[in-house]
Amino acid sequence: MLLAFDTATPLVTVALHDGEDVVVERSSAAPMKHGEQLAPLIEAVLLDRGLVRQDLTAIAVGVGPGPFTGLRVGLVTARTLALALELPVYGVCTLDVLAVEAVDTGAVREDFVVATDARRKEVYLASYDADGARTDGPQVLRPADAVTERPVVGEGAVLYPEAFPRTVGPARPSAGWLARVVAEERAELLDPEPLYLRRPDAVVNATRKPVL
Amino acid sequence: MTDAPLVLGIETSCDETGVGIVRGHTLLADAIASSVDEHARFGGVVPEVASRAHLEAMVPTIERACDTAGIALRDVDAIAVTSGPGLAGALLVGVASAKALALGLGKPLYGVNHLAAHVAVDQLEHGPLPEPCLAMLVSGGHSSLLKVEDVTTGVDPLGATIDDAAGEAFDKVARLLGLPFPGGPHIDRAAASGNSVAIDFPRGLTSRRDLERHRFDFSFSGLKTAVARWVETQQRAGATIDVHDVAASFQEAVCDVLTRKALDAARTHGIEDILIGGGVAANSRLRAMAEERAAAQGIRVRVPRPGLCTDNGAMVAALGAELVQRGRAPSALDLPADSSQPITTVVA
Ligand SMILES: [Zn+2]
Repeated sequence: MLLAFDTATPLVTVALHDGEDVVVERSSAAPMKHGEQLAPLIEAVLLDRGLVRQDLTAIAVGVGPGPFTGLRVGLVTARTLALALELPVYGVCTLDVLAVEAVDTGAVREDFVVATDARRKEVYLASYDADGARTDGPQVLRPADAVTERPVVGEGAVLYPEAFPRTVGPARPSAGWLARVVAEERAELLDPEPLYLRRPDAVVNATRKPVL
Repeated sequence: MTDAPLVLGIETSCDETGVGIVRGHTLLADAIASSVDEHARFGGVVPEVASRAHLEAMVPTIERACDTAGIALRDVDAIAVTSGPGLAGALLVGVASAKALALGLGKPLYGVNHLAAHVAVDQLEHGPLPEPCLAMLVSGGHSSLLKVEDVTTGVDPLGATIDDAAGEAFDKVARLLGLPFPGGPHIDRAAASGNSVAIDFPRGLTSRRDLERHRFDFSFSGLKTAVARWVETQQRAGATIDVHDVAASFQEAVCDVLTRKALDAARTHGIEDILIGGGVAANSRLRAMAEERAAAQGIRVRVPRPGLCTDNGAMVAALGAELVQRGRAPSALDLPADSSQPITTVVA
C-alpha cells in the first residue's frame, strides 16, 4: 500500500494506492495548517480502509516547489515516517503531478504550462509536452515575464488571467494523482529534497536566542 | 530501573537540532546538529536558514542518537518534542517529525514546553527533582524565576526579565570589550583575573521602590548601558581600560542580582532547593556565588553540567520520561507548534 501526500500548496492532500488504483483520498479543510493536519489525515485514510501502519509499503511525497513552511512539514514527515517504518520514499515535483492529471483527464492535448502560486506576485512554472513530460523548469517567475498563449494548468492561471488567458485542468495537486504518478512511474522519481527555488530571506531574528 | 520508560526527545526551537534518548532518569544519547555557523555571518539567527537546517539534520540526528544509545527506534516507549516556545518554522519541523515517529511506531506523543524541559533535565544528573523547587532559567533569550511544584503539571512563573535577558547582556558587554561572540565564556575567563569590586555597576530592580512592583523580576539593560558609558568615559579621558576588571565587575553585578532574587524568592515561598538552568548557568561565578550564598541560608543549589544547560534533545526526553512515569495524558496528533507557548502549559 502506497501512502502519498503533498503539502506544497495551502491545502494538505493525502491518498492511499493499492497498486491497482487509488483507494482513498482526503484533503484538509482549513488552509495553512499543514503541521496540524497532515498526521491526523494520514491516520484517517488508514482507518478509512481498515488498515494499519504495517500495511504501508512505500511513501510518495510532493517536493514542491511551494511555500517553504508547508513543504517542510510534508518532507520531514515523509523522511521520518520512512525511517520509522523502514520504507522507501519517492519524491515527485508537485508541478509534474498537476501535469499528469491534466493529460490523463484529457484537459490538455498539446504543449502546455503548469503554474502554481509562489506568493509575492510570482508563480512556480514549468513547461510540458502533450504527453505530460516536463521540457523546462521548474522556476520562479513574475507572471508578466511568463505570458503565454498555451494552456495553463494550476492555481497560477486562476490568479493571473492577464498573463495566462487559457486556464485548463486542475488548480491544485491531488495526492491521488501523486500516487498514480509514482505507482506508474509517470514522472521522474526524486529524493525527498525540497525544491525551494529561492534563497532564504536573511531576516535576522531580533534576539540571538529567542528562547532559553 | 529497567522498566523505566525509554523516551526519545526532539528539540528544534532555535538553531540546534537536538535528539536525546533517556531511560527514566538515565541519559543514553544526546545528539546535536547546530546551524550556528550558517547564522554567524548574519549576526543573529535567521529563521528560514534554521528551518532548512532542521529538515536536513533531522533524520541523521535521530539515527545518530539511536546508534549512541544502542537501541532500535521500535524499542522507544514514547516520543517527546518541544512544541513551544521558539521560532515557529523551526518548531514545526521538530513537531512534524515527532508526529511521524509517533504515527510510524504507534507510540504516544508529548508536545512539551521548552522551559519546563530545561528544569526536567537536571534529573538526568542529580536524580528526582525536589518538590517544590525554585528554578532560575538564565540564557540568551530569557531570565525567569519559576516555582516548580511538579514539573509535569505546573510551573508557576514568579518573575522574569523586563528587558534584556542575562545572556544577551553578556553578549553585548563582550562586544563592548572587544571579546568574541558568544560573550558568556569569554567574560567568565577575563573576569577570573579581574577585580570584581573595581567598578560599582548598578544592580537592576533592587531599589526599595522597584522591589514593590518587580520583586522577582530582572532588568539588565541599565547595567549594559552603565558599562558602555563607563568604557566611553575612560576612553575619552585617554585612560586604558582594564578588560579584566570591567568583566569581573559586570559579571559580579549580574550574578549578584540573579542570586539575590533567587534566594529571596526561595525564602519567600518556603522553598529549600534552587535549580539553575539555561546557557548562563555555565558561568563559574554564578555557580560559586549561588552555592555560597545559599549554603549560608541552608538552601541547596543544583546546576546541571554545562552541556545539559544549553538547548538539547535530552532535556525534552527527560521531561517526556517524567510525563510517562507519572501517567500524564499525551498530546493529540493535531498538536500545533506554538511559538509563544506559556510556561504554565507543560504539555500542549
Ligand atoms: Zn533553551
